Amino acid sequence: MTTYTEYLKERREQEWRVELRKKLKGKERTDQARVHMPEVDPMERVKYQNVEVNTGLNTEQAIKEASRCMDCANPTCIEGCPVGINIPEFVKNIERGEFALAAQTLKMYNALPAVCGRVCPQEKQCESKCFYTQKLDKPAVAIGYLERFAADWERESGNIAVPECAAPNGIKVATVGSGPSSLSFAGDMVKMGYDVTVFEALHEIGGVLKYGIPEFRLPNKMVDVELDNLRKMGVKFETNFIVGRTASFDQLKEEGFKGFFVGSGAGLPRFMNIPGENYNGIMSSNEYLTRVNLMGANSDEFDTPVLRGKNVAVIGGGNTAMDSVRTAKRLGAERAIIVYRRSRVEMPARVEEVKHAIEEGIEFMNLTNPIEYFADASGRVNKMRLQLMELGEADASGRRSPVEIPGATEDIDVDMVVVAVGVSPNPLIPACLPDLKISKWRTIEVNEGMQSSIPVIFAGGDIVRGGATVILAMGDGRNAAKSMHEYLSTNPNN
Amino acid sequence: MNRILEKEFFSENVVKLVVEAPLIAKARKPGNFVILRVSENGERIPLTIAGADETKGTITIIAQKVGVSTEKLALMNVGDSLVDLVGPLGKSTEIHNVGTVLCCGGGVGVAPLLPIIEGFKKAGNRVVSVLAARNKDLIILEDEVRKWSDDVIVMTDDGSHGRKGLVTQGVEEVILREKIDECIAIGPAIMMKFTSLLTKKYNIPTQASLNAMMVDGTGMCGACRVSVGGKTKFTCVDGPEFDAHQIDFDEMMMRLGGYKAEEKAAFEMYNKMLDK
Repeated sequence: MTTYTEYLKERREQEWRVELRKKLKGKERTDQARVHMPEVDPMERVKYQNVEVNTGLNTEQAIKEASRCMDCANPTCIEGCPVGINIPEFVKNIERGEFALAAQTLKMYNALPAVCGRVCPQEKQCESKCFYTQKLDKPAVAIGYLERFAADWERESGNIAVPECAAPNGIKVATVGSGPSSLSFAGDMVKMGYDVTVFEALHEIGGVLKYGIPEFRLPNKMVDVELDNLRKMGVKFETNFIVGRTASFDQLKEEGFKGFFVGSGAGLPRFMNIPGENYNGIMSSNEYLTRVNLMGANSDEFDTPVLRGKNVAVIGGGNTAMDSVRTAKRLGAERAIIVYRRSRVEMPARVEEVKHAIEEGIEFMNLTNPIEYFADASGRVNKMRLQLMELGEADASGRRSPVEIPGATEDIDVDMVVVAVGVSPNPLIPACLPDLKISKWRTIEVNEGMQSSIPVIFAGGDIVRGGATVILAMGDGRNAAKSMHEYLSTNPNN
Repeated sequence: MNRILEKEFFSENVVKLVVEAPLIAKARKPGNFVILRVSENGERIPLTIAGADETKGTITIIAQKVGVSTEKLALMNVGDSLVDLVGPLGKSTEIHNVGTVLCCGGGVGVAPLLPIIEGFKKAGNRVVSVLAARNKDLIILEDEVRKWSDDVIVMTDDGSHGRKGLVTQGVEEVILREKIDECIAIGPAIMMKFTSLLTKKYNIPTQASLNAMMVDGTGMCGACRVSVGGKTKFTCVDGPEFDAHQIDFDEMMMRLGGYKAEEKAAFEMYNKMLDK
């Protein structure tokens, strides 16, 4: 049995890769600057919720960028990828013009490359480990842009390779939730011949991919293409079905389901519990984004309303905060402000999102934290009081903690506030399974193979990690599929 | 799926629909609600399950026309299907044999109250029900309530049916004449607020079922948040019923008005479109 390292080495020694490496000298590769992703002009794009900001590399740009990759003997980029994609293989396939093969390579590891190419924090993952970053102190190969390119090319060519599936084994398994972790699990299980049903509580499939991430970052149409692929492979989808409520786990077992993957996510919104937080006009980022992304509230063609503030403050510094504040701008806010208690560089959001936000005219009030809200006579928020902060001593992790500056506050006029300070695990499943072991943070506890304290129940994604990323969720889904397959194979009569 | 099998208007503005929903009919308990959508571009709206028939695989929902979505719902016909229907949602009512239970329903609030009345009666309690509304037209399900209650008092603001007066008058009368062990109040927020203030005076444990605005209904967004005992709770997963004496009704009523302007504009646009 070859290890992954041995496998990578074998692939690297294929004739085509050896030849491709010889085509350009090292310096010819490294002398090239990193490609710039073409973007829609900021002042234009803030008028539209549905216009994707990044328009994608064209073929020449992709091939040129791929040629920057050194096809390292020790590809450190792969270490940065949560699902261990054979990055050099897909990048080199792009360089030689074999885009379909590049997509195929990606899909061996990642069910949704069109999604990950757009939303992964590459700067913290693969690109942070790239030879360019590590050894040359130069911008990394644009691995994310290339992943997107290959996936988009395949989709637009109309020839999406549907992976071969093993003969049906007649074993029924179910997922709870239809977000990235469940979709990834479903894809792997159906490939192994299992009869997979994805149960989703909402009326649309995709989880955060649909209700959370805005159209200008990840078009819903793109997610639908991936879902269609899964359908073609035989995955069944049931919406408006809450496992544990519409039917219990026991009922599903009676219907023949042998294994369950819980991917119900961390959709429980967090509030700050400060005075005035329940005034009208103050909402969680989940509510705001769900109204717009899932329910189409930004358009008159859809019945669900959304508040359109003129002075909108979004509390938080992550991707959800960026998504919320940029949505507010697109919905007509004159001032769309990020309020974050730490400094700009400490914001956990993707670097690209912050850059795009700045270009779009988003204001950043760093080192501030809301402490109270005020409202008009009708109960609609009209003012927010901020506590000014400064960075104090470094804590054990080395990060400087924000510290209140005593007596330093500032009042800002606002007519809408979006609270995007984090999310907590969805409580529905733990509530209906009293024997399920959960942590003190209310996440489901699992072993290395994503198996919970109830043997037939596996879990992954945010319900296990708390609010995290799409790619980590997908990695969990894959891990759980492998693990459940082993379990069901060795325990057929559970 | 989700086909409408029966439709009946209780009055010009209140409609009852019996919908095909076998899984929900089987799983539901008194106090649960559903979220439904009338059309592809429609809103997700919550409605309590007023009744269910497990054998037939159907649930009953009763809605009052208060805006665009409920108007559209009332226009649906037998044979049409709801685009989306999910449930059962919310915590079910805690039903025990406590002695005597006073059930107060205001207007359409009697729809969610009915299964609770039935539940308490079946649990062996003595059940006294007070139904109240502005006028005769808005009193619904009186026969069904009588079937499951030991005594029924009907109050209308204008005296067109039953006795003239507010719900609180009927409630106080009952409290003064017999020992009440528990009270349930369901209806417009202001009705629940004043009923609760009244029962608090007499130290009667009271549950109110809140009709907060919702978007997903599954605990994801917090639109339905309400302050209970000083803590923020979500009506859709922690409720819809709460200890009435702990509810900040004023805040709740304020939050119910959060989208008044948008609702009004949408309604005007909808009516304009109908007029064309």
